[in-house]
Amino acid sequence: MPNSATTTANGDVCVLIGTMKGAFFAWSDEKRENWRLDGPHFRGQSVYSLAFDNRGGRNRTFAATQSMHWGGTVRTSDDFGRTWSDGERQSVRFPAESGLALTQIWQIRPGRADEPEIMYCGVEPAALFESHDRGESWSIVEGLLNHEHRTQWQPGGGGLCLHTILLDPQNRERMAIAISTGGVYRTEDGGKTWRARNVGVRAQFLPDKYPEFGQCVHKIVHHPSRPERLFLQNHWGLYRSDDWGDNWQDIANGVPSDFGFAMLMHPHDPDAVFIVPLESDEFRCTPEAKLRVYRTRDAGGNWEPLTDGLPQADAYEAVLRDALTTDSMNPAGIYFGTRSGKLFGSGDEGSTWREIADGLPPVVCVKTAVTSAASEAE
Amino acid sequence: MITIELPRVLAPYAGSSTVVTVEESCATVGDALNALSSRFPGVVDRVVDERGMVRQHVNVFVNEESTRFLQGLATPVPEGSNVLIVAAVSGG
Repeated sequence: MPNSATTTANGDVCVLIGTMKGAFFAWSDEKRENWRLDGPHFRGQSVYSLAFDNRGGRNRTFAATQSMHWGGTVRTSDDFGRTWSDGERQSVRFPAESGLALTQIWQIRPGRADEPEIMYCGVEPAALFESHDRGESWSIVEGLLNHEHRTQWQPGGGGLCLHTILLDPQNRERMAIAISTGGVYRTEDGGKTWRARNVGVRAQFLPDKYPEFGQCVHKIVHHPSRPERLFLQNHWGLYRSDDWGDNWQDIANGVPSDFGFAMLMHPHDPDAVFIVPLESDEFRCTPEAKLRVYRTRDAGGNWEPLTDGLPQADAYEAVLRDALTTDSMNPAGIYFGTRSGKLFGSGDEGSTWREIADGLPPVVCVKTAVTSAASEAE
Repeated sequence: MITIELPRVLAPYAGSSTVVTVEESCATVGDALNALSSRFPGVVDRVVDERGMVRQHVNVFVNEESTRFLQGLATPVPEGSNVLIVAAVSGG
C-alpha cells in the first residue's frame, strides 16, 4: 500500500523526497510524465521520514527533520510546504528516566483510517511513539520501551532504528514493527506487550542463525486487504509470512541477490511486491552494475526484472529502505530515489521508467501525496 | 547577569536575537540554561538532549574556555560571564 497516500482517486501527484540535506517535492499531473522540482526544504538537515495524511479532511505533510548539531523534530505543513510549523519544541522526546536520547526519526505514519487523530513514529534508538492529536504532541509506547529484549538489540549500519510500523486495519489492538537489528515484533494488545515474530528468518551474522530475535530486518510490507500476509526484505533473505509473522518462508526465487533494503507493496494488488536487490552487504550496490527493480505478481513465487528506462551499465546504485514507494493511482505510479541523488518514476506500475531528478543529495526516503488540493497549493 | 551568545540558526527560537541575557542568579552553565528554558525552550531543546547532556556536536564556552575541558554543565559562571554556544566543527 502507499506509505502515506491514502486516497484512491486519480489527481495531481506530489512525490515527497527526503535526503541527507533537506526535502524536495516533485510535482506532476496525473499523467506523471513531466515533473517540477520544489525545494530544498530544511536546507542542510537530514529528512529520514516524510508522510502525507489526508484523513479527516486534512492535507497535512509531516517531515522528520534532523540537524547534526541541534537535534530533530517533526514539522508539519498544511499547504504542501509553502509554510511549515515552527518546530520550536522538539516534541519527540524520550522520558528523562529512560536514559535515552533521540538520534533520528525513521518513520512517520498515519494511524488507521477510522482513527484520524492518531499518528505513529518509529525512532532511533529503537522505540515507538504515538500521537493522539494529529502529531502535535507525542508519547512513547512504554510496552516496547521496557521490552526485556531491548538491551540485546544491536545497531545496524544505520543505527538501532525502529523503521517500519504496520497496522491491522481491522483490529486496533494489533500492529507489527520492525527493528534493525532486533527483528519483527507484534502486539495484540495495543502496544502493552510485544512478542518477537522471527521464526524462519535467518541472521547471517550470528552464531545461532535462527534466533528468537536479533535479525536485521530491513523492511516489511503488507496489503490492507490481506493484512495477515507480510513480506520481508532481510539483511540477506526475502520472506513471506501468512500468519502475521508467526512463521516465515523463503521467497527468494530468481532474484540476483536476496540482499537489499527497499521493499514496496503494490497499492491495489495484494500479490504484487517490488524490491531493488543489492549485490551484498560487502558491496551495497546494484548487482552487475544494472539498476533493476524486481517485481513479483504471485506473492513471491517468481520475480521479474523491470529495466525499461533504467541504466543497465555502470549503475552502481543503492536504494535505501524507505526510498521506494508508490502512489495510489490506477495504474499505480512507482518511484524510488538513490544514494547518488537520482529519482526515478514509472507511471505504468514499473513497465517503463524515467529519470525525474538527478543531482539531489543522497535520497533516504520517498513518499507520495495524491490530491486535487496539491494543485491548488501550487 | 550572564550573557549568552547564540549561533544565528538558533535566533528564531530566541526572539530573533543572537544575544540573550540571564538576569537570575546562576552558579553554573546548567543553571543559566535552566533559566533560559523558561523564556526560550526551543533554544535549550537544541543545546541539551533529553538526558540533560549537551549534544554531541555542540560546544559551550564560558569566557572562551570550553566546558568540555572544565566541568561541563557544572562549570561555574561568575557574574558577568559570557557563555558562547556554537556548532562543533563536525559536519557531513
